[in-house]
Amino acid sequence: MDYSQFLAMKQEIGLLIVFLLVFLYDTFFSKKAQGALPVVTCVLFALLTLFGFICPCMKESATAFGGMYFTSPVLAAIKNILNVGALIVMIQAVNWADSDFIKVRRGEFYELMLLTLFGMYLMMSSNHFLVFVIGLETASLPLAAMVAFNKNHFESHEAAVKYLLTAVFSSAIMLMGLSLVYATAGTLYYDGIFIAMLYSDINVMVIVALAFVIAGFGFKLSLVPFHLWTADVYQGAPTPVTSYLSVISKGSAAFAFLVVLTQAFGFLYADAWEWMLYALIILTITVGNLFAMRQRNMKRFLAFSSISQAGYIMLAIVGLNEMGVSALMFYVLVYIFSNLAAFGVIGSIEHATGKVDMDDYNGLYKTNPRLAVTMMLAMFSLAGIPPFAGFFSKFFVFTSALSGPGVGAALYVLVLIALINTIISLYYYLLVVKAMFINDSETPIATFRSACAQRLGMWVCTAGIIGLGIVSYFYDYLLTVVE
Amino acid sequence: MDATIPVLILAIPLFMFLLLGLGGVKMRPLTAGVLGTLGMGAVLVLSYYTAFNYYFSGNPLFVDGTDRLQYIVFNTTWLQFTDYLVIKLGFLLDPISAMMLIVIPTISFMVHLYSLGYMHGEKGFQRYYAFLSLFSFSMLGLVVATNIFQMYIFWELVGASSFLLIGFFYTLPSAVAACKKAFIVTRFADLFFLIGILVLSFYSETFDFLSMTQHPEAVLESMHGAMFMGASVMTWALVLIFIGGMGKSAMMPLHIWLPDAMEGPTPVSALIHAATMVVAGVYLVARLFPLYLLEEAALMIVTVVGCVTAFYAAVVACTQIDIKRVLAFSTISQIAFMMVSLGVARPEIHHGLGYMASMFHLFTHAMFKGLLFLGAGALIHAVHSNNYTQMGGLRKYMPITHITFLVGCLAIAGIPPFAGFFSKDEIVSAAFELHWFWGVWLLMVAGMTAFYMFRLYFLVFWWEDRDYKAEGLHTPHDSPWTMSLPLIILAVISTVCGWIDFGKYVTFDGQEYNIHMNTPIAITSVCVALIGIGIAAKLYMKKNDNPRAMADSARWLWEAAHHRFYFDEMYLFITRRIIFDGICKPIAWFDRHIIDGTMNGLALITNKASVAIKGFQSGKVQMYIWWYLIGVLVLAAVTAVCVL
Repeated sequence: MDYSQFLAMKQEIGLLIVFLLVFLYDTFFSKKAQGALPVVTCVLFALLTLFGFICPCMKESATAFGGMYFTSPVLAAIKNILNVGALIVMIQAVNWADSDFIKVRRGEFYELMLLTLFGMYLMMSSNHFLVFVIGLETASLPLAAMVAFNKNHFESHEAAVKYLLTAVFSSAIMLMGLSLVYATAGTLYYDGIFIAMLYSDINVMVIVALAFVIAGFGFKLSLVPFHLWTADVYQGAPTPVTSYLSVISKGSAAFAFLVVLTQAFGFLYADAWEWMLYALIILTITVGNLFAMRQRNMKRFLAFSSISQAGYIMLAIVGLNEMGVSALMFYVLVYIFSNLAAFGVIGSIEHATGKVDMDDYNGLYKTNPRLAVTMMLAMFSLAGIPPFAGFFSKFFVFTSALSGPGVGAALYVLVLIALINTIISLYYYLLVVKAMFINDSETPIATFRSACAQRLGMWVCTAGIIGLGIVSYFYDYLLTVVE
Repeated sequence: MDATIPVLILAIPLFMFLLLGLGGVKMRPLTAGVLGTLGMGAVLVLSYYTAFNYYFSGNPLFVDGTDRLQYIVFNTTWLQFTDYLVIKLGFLLDPISAMMLIVIPTISFMVHLYSLGYMHGEKGFQRYYAFLSLFSFSMLGLVVATNIFQMYIFWELVGASSFLLIGFFYTLPSAVAACKKAFIVTRFADLFFLIGILVLSFYSETFDFLSMTQHPEAVLESMHGAMFMGASVMTWALVLIFIGGMGKSAMMPLHIWLPDAMEGPTPVSALIHAATMVVAGVYLVARLFPLYLLEEAALMIVTVVGCVTAFYAAVVACTQIDIKRVLAFSTISQIAFMMVSLGVARPEIHHGLGYMASMFHLFTHAMFKGLLFLGAGALIHAVHSNNYTQMGGLRKYMPITHITFLVGCLAIAGIPPFAGFFSKDEIVSAAFELHWFWGVWLLMVAGMTAFYMFRLYFLVFWWEDRDYKAEGLHTPHDSPWTMSLPLIILAVISTVCGWIDFGKYVTFDGQEYNIHMNTPIAITSVCVALIGIGIAAKLYMKKNDNPRAMADSARWLWEAAHHRFYFDEMYLFITRRIIFDGICKPIAWFDRHIIDGTMNGLALITNKASVAIKGFQSGKVQMYIWWYLIGVLVLAAVTAVCVL
């Protein structure tokens, strides 16, 4: 075996090095030095992120292990984007990791997080369903542990159990689907499946298999009706874990979904899976919105908002064109900044006062204007109000959906429904803004100063929300990478 | 030619606006005022230099033999939509823009200086100077525009700065109402202007003045063919553009904002609402004059509107009590003179004598009307009232103001050797050259001008010898030097600027034209003016009851004129009763009940749907998995059925 092919996995190896360093630090350093662990992790990971951006060697195309693994500039770009998101989550988690109950286990938190990220990388970079499933499980199982991290909270346990059970079930369904695929195609290589499908007729077994595979992704992306775990888990999990789940896990799954659908199931079954996606997108956006309208708990609220956002991300896939790929990546990037800004505010308020209800946010502007403005920007961006980044990401997604090779009436209806749903989403996003700026409260959240790391995270997110909206460079860059 | 100086001419006032607008609060008021004045002084020097260069340097860029050329100093692309649709910002030097480069900084500088005294101690002194700078910038940008779109941009900017300055005393409800009125009326007219610009540039495929005016035949060909509602597109475009000019230049029936605009500080009235901004409409027509020449109908409209306005404003001016309003109506009337003069200009009549006369009158009028307004400011400053009933016999108390005001009145009445005589005489001659009717009409209005101006003069400075002290009033006296100096300077200019051989510098075709006095007309017009003055002297020199008796004999006419022939009431009736009640209310009802109702209904449905699906999220994980399974199976089954 040629061991040099491991070198093709530069991003993954970098991640493993960071993981090992953190692990060694956690295991062998004195109790006194442990306090610096979160910062050390952040710095190491920041170096990796930076390295991924500036080093051209990270962006080369390569395949390894008999074609089971592949990487390309596009994959490097999405990994870099996810790195940025993960870095912000890590920074925002610093203070939480220092709190009393978490302190003793904070090393594990960061290690698990790095491992899930590794799994996600593998999931996106695989060219073989075996590698894909390994990646998927590596990404899913540690997350259950992370969800259960607040050992002293019973909701955290409940959330973890719900997550684990649904994850196991969805894995089973997906593996079932993959075995059906293997039965038809006789191979688990994406390109092999693609070719096998070209030389056979449309087959019910493949359609069933497709539905099962899509359901498996539906779990990770929390598409309706595979989303029911989302709200309970988001609410019960510690806030950093929730934010991680909502952006990084979702972003990686969306990209892997794109790869699997286009590379493995190709164009012969495009009709079938596109119709499935249409139905799922409409359901996801609408149901997510309808539930989000009624939520009073901020984390639950963002859970449903993230469900409907996933529907918009899926819109980028149905266009089946290069623009869709860049639109998807851009959407994920913008979504990372917007959602993490919101979670940053929620996290720092929760950290300071323990309050997570929307009613608690009444009059926030008077006591904590900066937090309120950050939250407002996040909501505007999520709702897609120009000139903030969210407007453009939605715009590109819609454009890509409508500029595919075979744009029919169905796609127009789909985009129209999505547009109508943005109005509903505007309603509930503005509810938060209204609570903070207009509603009065007799017992507003007292003025406090967020911790340094929290503020850094929020500054980065705010800069992202405004910068990505105003500067076209990033989208142009993604577009050139894809081409 | 180097573009530095032209850029500076625009950049200095803009910079001053930003500096005083942003940093003014932190400055002492006087510092801000002096800074603004010095900035304007610099602009004055630079634009004099530029204008001097243009007229006298003999530079082949500016003059070719005896022809004065139009020269674009710079023209940068500001917004590029397509290869053809480009909006540029530039600096055009030609006879009329160079002339405006003299007029605007002169008056603006005088007003800056004058305001140091007049506005002393007012709240928001720095803001005032910031706005003045903004106005100067906009007005200069307007006159040097190289294309009609640039002109439109600055046109709106002068409108905005005029709005800001009229509403300067924003705590006074009347000032707020006046600034709104001015803005709305001019914006309404600008709507037509914009449509006119779009029509014109659509057919001529350019925004540039030079390409439009230097090759009018090409434009003509493309525009005469297209007809719309019985008139050629050309006529429509020119008339629409003229409506924009009517709004800014307060031509009837869009004049209603100008008298109210006198709510602004008096120096502002002098600068904006007498000397510079209100002549923008005249300037616009002059700028596009080669196009107007192609369309007899458009010129006719200009002439008729001008004549009617001139007469109307003169009648109204005879009955006003507020001295600033008298001046406002006289401004309307004088601008109408310029319009008529453009309307009667034809290239075959003495190289477009009317065009030259119009610009000449614009020039002289700016000087003596600025003088009159600043004089009125001095009076108001001294008496603390706008009404002549509070004045009378002031000649003994305020000698400087008296003399300078008298110079202004003589100038506007058209008595030689003061400036107004020369320019007005050219206008009347030009009108006679086209048709005797216009000439006679203008002569009549000129007589009325002399009458109402001297009515004002006598009522303020003569009428009765009052002893203000005995009445328990503050004794009026002349103003501080910052206010008197501009008066004196302007009085001197108003006396001598008529002697300029204007035809050498500004003509329609750029060729020199030797002004020659048309003796019979000159004599007639002087006689008419003297008659007007004589009647005024007879009636108003000494306090008597004749004026009242005369007004009483035709009470209804006097009242109608005093109320400006009920134009405002008419507009209010149209807007309130017809537009608001007849159109807006039904639309509002439709909006409130049908559209809002539909929206509320939709929101209600959404909300109901949200409640209805609540049970979906039961919290039981076994249910979740059931739904999951059902979802997968339904998805697979439905797709399989549909695809196969």
